[in-house]
Amino acid sequence: MEQLTVSVSPHFSGKRTTKNIMLDVIIALLPALIASFIIFGWRSLLVAGVCSASCVLAEFFFEKLCKKTITISDLSAVVTGILLAFNLPVTIPLWQAVLGSVTAIIVVKQLFGGIGQNFANPAITARIMMLIAFSDTMTKWQFPQNSVDAISGATPLAAAAKGLENLPSYISLFLGNHGGCIGETCSLALILGGIYLLIRKVITWHIPAAFIGTVAFMSLVCGKDPLYQILSGGLMLGAFFMATDYATSPSTKWGKIIFGIGCGLVTILIRFWGSLPEGVSYSILLMNILTPYISKLTRQKPLGAGGGAKS
Amino acid sequence: MKLHGIKIPHLKNTADTVPIHIPVPKTVTIPMSMHIGKPAEILVKRGDNVKVGQLIGKADGNISAHIHSSVSGTVQKIDQMIASNGAKITCAVIDTDGKQELSETIKPPPVNDFDSFISAVKESGAVGLGGAGFPSFAKLNVNDLSKIQAVVINAAECEPYITSDTRTMLDKTQYISKGISAIKKYMNVKKFIIGIETNKPAAIAKMRELAKNDNSIEVMVLPSMYPQGGEKVLVFNTMKKIIPKGRLPIDVGAVVINITTLAFIGEYLETGIPLIEKCITIDGSAVKEPKNVIAPIGTHIKDLIESAGGLKYEPAKIIYGGPMMGIAVPSMNEPVLKNTNAVIFMDKKEAQLPETTACINCGACLSHCPFMLDPRSIALAYKIGNAEELQKLCVDMCMECGCCSYVCPANRPLVQTNKLAKIKLREYLNSKKGV
Repeated sequence: MEQLTVSVSPHFSGKRTTKNIMLDVIIALLPALIASFIIFGWRSLLVAGVCSASCVLAEFFFEKLCKKTITISDLSAVVTGILLAFNLPVTIPLWQAVLGSVTAIIVVKQLFGGIGQNFANPAITARIMMLIAFSDTMTKWQFPQNSVDAISGATPLAAAAKGLENLPSYISLFLGNHGGCIGETCSLALILGGIYLLIRKVITWHIPAAFIGTVAFMSLVCGKDPLYQILSGGLMLGAFFMATDYATSPSTKWGKIIFGIGCGLVTILIRFWGSLPEGVSYSILLMNILTPYISKLTRQKPLGAGGGAKS
Repeated sequence: MKLHGIKIPHLKNTADTVPIHIPVPKTVTIPMSMHIGKPAEILVKRGDNVKVGQLIGKADGNISAHIHSSVSGTVQKIDQMIASNGAKITCAVIDTDGKQELSETIKPPPVNDFDSFISAVKESGAVGLGGAGFPSFAKLNVNDLSKIQAVVINAAECEPYITSDTRTMLDKTQYISKGISAIKKYMNVKKFIIGIETNKPAAIAKMRELAKNDNSIEVMVLPSMYPQGGEKVLVFNTMKKIIPKGRLPIDVGAVVINITTLAFIGEYLETGIPLIEKCITIDGSAVKEPKNVIAPIGTHIKDLIESAGGLKYEPAKIIYGGPMMGIAVPSMNEPVLKNTNAVIFMDKKEAQLPETTACINCGACLSHCPFMLDPRSIALAYKIGNAEELQKLCVDMCMECGCCSYVCPANRPLVQTNKLAKIKLREYLNSKKGV
């Protein structure tokens, strides 16, 4: 007699898996990776490769050591690696990139329980750690390889903050032909990736729209050029790829909007009144910490709950 | 406002197959409980001769249903079987004689007012044929008929594979009409809404034809969005009314009835033949010739599958009902029940579900729950045994449609956990009452 499986419904499952979500994120990051290669040269690919490989290996060895299920095939470590690389200057010494990756995976992600359990975005937290530890190499910006005056200098935001003249044009900001981290400069590529994520329903519009919208609106209020503000720095990368990290952002519609607005406000505070030229990373980390409270405040009310039911 | 739901494969392969009667099986097993409520009291004993339509189980109490013999023959034994919910129930195993002689008691019921209509529905043995199996007379026995604003006829058939309701609409249109007339006349109902999903164009056309001559009937074509046929979902989408937690459709002026149940009631009023056979969709990846069949209630699965040309592959899972909410059965010797609308035979590949991995907090479960519950938080609260939190999260509202589990990229057993959490909450509330 044949053996029949008896299990509780549902007996069907959707096509979405953690792995194919992560694969979609990687695909969405490809335009920016290609752009970084065009802008900064082959070393951007090397840094991205080193970061991804170190993240995957760190995850593998940690899980092996702790006798946990090996989860590297879900590709989330690769995503963390690419995102971290995107947040580093192309000149970063490779050993520092490796250290950052290991910190992201082991300290920020695995020590809190692995995928889905971390309260802060691994790539962002590792980047901030590196900014503090390697403040010299982390702020050494190389201008695009094909630029005539290839001197180390200021990023567009730093330039604007210092009130320098000769700021990059909108077009160069949009195409990313200026100094900055590996993956953050080309707004065009990042927007393309963001649109891909929206179409594939990996993310919803709420966080990016609230984040970018708040930055634009507050720039206008503060008398700064909103377009310049949203096209420079790590805003596009942060809004589409980092602030939308599932584990560290709220899941409800209003929670996402509040989270996005919070990110935007903190970014503006740091950019205009802080001593740092850029604040996207810090804003996301701060809002990551507030996420559990936002989630609690914005819990969706079940349909018809408490509406006339006898208690 | 729009309710959340999911897009799932329709797989309505059998929509065009006109149901055929299967040959009378050698043996049938008729359980005394094929409905929600108390099991019926068995009226026959070993060796008794029975005829088609003969009452063999008597409804016990207000929420129960009569059981009739679906065949003519001899009672081989009175046995015990284990129902899908784990309860032991009495069943009559009947050896058929192949003659299918009708019982002499069968005649169209005398109906002239509300009370006689309800008692006729009770005599018919009708239960909710969409799958729930709630005794129909109990549902229609509304205290205050003036409360009814509309009867919502559930023809959504939102589960994959199943087409037996579609066949009812195509093949039994006249009985649907008869059922509507009876409810209109005896229950004083002025509005009927037939809710159908877009993926059944032939049935929609047929129902529109029916509604053409009767302005009390409205055919509402609804998006093919699971779980469109969920009672609360359907009432919301057809009448824009939210049924509050813990309340019934009648509290917002709705009576919801499945289209096949309605057609059966219409047919019973004309013929007097009680609920003894059922149109069943036979489909699934392991089936050779997917089709609709009409089988006597109590037919064993193995006899049923013969009529569909047998199996292509060895089944790994057999389901009563659809793949989203259906019940997996343990063997081919199980009988089909009153509320069995489909039997799905899945091969190994189809029955295989992806491996469960860690929750990534994507929020897909809460953004697809039709009732806007939060299965992720429910699972956490259940894990740490926090019944108060489960109450706050309204887990008792869960209709177990399975959307959360379906969309979960980590394939976590969310609706399954909700079921356990509901039990936990009930125990907690009972113990609180005890104090």
